[in-house]
Amino acid sequence: MTTATAETKAGQEVTYLEAISQALDEEMTRDERVFLMGEDIGPYGGAFRITEGFQKKYGEWRVLDTPLAESGFVGAAIGAAMMGLRPVVEMQFADFISCAFDQITEVAAKNHYRWGAAVPMVIRAPFGGGVHGGPFHSECPEGWFFHSPGLKIVAPSTPYDAKGLLKAAIRDPNPVLYFEHKYLYRRIKAVLPAEDYIVPIGQADIKRPGTDITVVTYGAMVHLALEAAEQLSQEGIDLEVVDLRTLIPLDKETIFQSVRKTSKAILLHEDNKTGGIGAEIAALLAEDCFDCLDGPILRIAAPDTPVPFSAPMEEFFLPKASDVVAAARKLAAY
Amino acid sequence: MVTADDAYMDDVKREIKRDDLLRMYYYLRLTRTLEDRITALYRQGRIMGGVYTSNGMEAIAVGYASALERDDIVAPYHRDVGAFLVRGITPGEVVAQYLGKRTGPTKGKDGNVHIGDLKRGVIAFVSHLADNLPLATGIALSFKMRGESRVVVTNTGDGGTSRGDFHEALNFASVRKLPVVFFCNNNQYAYSTPLKHQMAIKDVVERAKAYAIPGEIVDGNDLAAVHLAAQKAIRRARAGAGPTFIECKTMRMHGHSEHDSAKYVPRELLEEWAKKDPILKAERLLTSLGWADDAEFAKVGERVQKEVEAAVKFGEDSPLPEGREALEGVFATDEEANS
Repeated sequence: MTTATAETKAGQEVTYLEAISQALDEEMTRDERVFLMGEDIGPYGGAFRITEGFQKKYGEWRVLDTPLAESGFVGAAIGAAMMGLRPVVEMQFADFISCAFDQITEVAAKNHYRWGAAVPMVIRAPFGGGVHGGPFHSECPEGWFFHSPGLKIVAPSTPYDAKGLLKAAIRDPNPVLYFEHKYLYRRIKAVLPAEDYIVPIGQADIKRPGTDITVVTYGAMVHLALEAAEQLSQEGIDLEVVDLRTLIPLDKETIFQSVRKTSKAILLHEDNKTGGIGAEIAALLAEDCFDCLDGPILRIAAPDTPVPFSAPMEEFFLPKASDVVAAARKLAAY
Repeated sequence: MVTADDAYMDDVKREIKRDDLLRMYYYLRLTRTLEDRITALYRQGRIMGGVYTSNGMEAIAVGYASALERDDIVAPYHRDVGAFLVRGITPGEVVAQYLGKRTGPTKGKDGNVHIGDLKRGVIAFVSHLADNLPLATGIALSFKMRGESRVVVTNTGDGGTSRGDFHEALNFASVRKLPVVFFCNNNQYAYSTPLKHQMAIKDVVERAKAYAIPGEIVDGNDLAAVHLAAQKAIRRARAGAGPTFIECKTMRMHGHSEHDSAKYVPRELLEEWAKKDPILKAERLLTSLGWADDAEFAKVGERVQKEVEAAVKFGEDSPLPEGREALEGVFATDEEANS
């Protein structure tokens, strides 16, 4: 496995996980204010080995192992950020972010609004199911924070976006929640540019242009949508896949432009259905694109249960390409 | 024979200069007069929202904040108006903040005691008690990482020490020997909840033992005692020896907020503590040291009265923000984050 301390050769493919590692490494080299905090990120290199070799390269203080206390170390990161450092906090699993909910939503999110003190920090949160993690290691908790003004939220789906968005998040003057999908860590690869680049926060990306139906999605579900699109193209249904990449601030213009073109929309996410991000986008489409809609706005999401452990139940729980295919066929009939 | 009193007087004479003690006395009086005036405005219906005073507890914030250097940081809680004043937040800004005026430190975005200004080294208080303690550890961590000899002092109440954030902060600070001093204003009531229903231990300072943090109990109504303890702990932190915990025993003389008549507090308890008022104590000390007399105290009284009246005028004459300013400032700019 390529680690951050072993240079990737130009032209060599890197995984989504390695792309995250590279972004951290390059930003730490570029800017000495950047440092990492979290559980087991030091000698162990993190639960997913994202920071393997980092402590040797950057020292104990810039790759700081913390006590098992998410609220405490997120609060500490806020304090350090206010003093001009650029902390990047690792949640071991996104599920554990609930322990730091108060510090994120009450302190970090409101700080600049209340009294003008910027909090430039990043919280990396490995999220999502499909890895047999059960109720406490599979969650998609982004919806909780979607409703908290003052936070930015990103969720990349490719190695290119993973690297570029993490760099942009680290350089951003605000608290940014970076949701990285565990299922994608070692399953997708890409050749990345040799030169420094960022993916600007706030810009969605059309991952597949199409004419008939828009699928708005993010994270691992992007790949599901692409798989469904391949299948549907054989039936003459042409899907356009909009990868949000950034959840806050939402790139409404790209969503609206796509739906104005196709007149049909499917909103797909792995998070639970009720009160999810799809619900908000459905409302936005109803408000801004009502005139151009030729069919109902459809949502595909996980059911309103915790993420179950046992394989048949988890498979049932997670949205599938066949769900997208079925929804697209239904919409195509309008 | 050297008595405890003699030792205390020796410490005061050795560690505190006359002018510094007089300045602290001035801040005690300024805090009391300002908060009494704000309470009066509240009773007249001229202030909306809550009024949380440090009445009878002013010596704590004044005592610790006066022990800090200019580049140090305070992360206070809601009974620390004295710390704002010592750090250079003006009485006029405090009144403007209470009135929701644009001239308040938060420009009307937040109210009453939620005052913060990084330029003056004040972290704004978050109502979720003890939330500022983890922040203080991160501030201290940044000092340590950059090799700066700066210190942060933070404070919370007895109730705040029940929160997980209190414990997470003390633990982290001790593990990494961070330059932070934790104060606790033990005023015996968290809103209406007495200590005995807050914790099973007798002294809050016992909590520090669990984290191998040296702890001390001081008389929170004794300005010099608080200041001496703060000095010692701050020196220790600055020298790289890590955090200290200081429990200040005191009594909340008003309700939790001024709307609260605090009938749940026995009157005898308040009468007993009224005799230990921090201003009276400071005056007795200054007199016995021969550093000031009643005429001097009266002069300070007149001075703070004038300053508070000017502050009220400043606050009331200041403009309110426009409604649509509510939409500004959700996100910071690059310039702000890099300044």
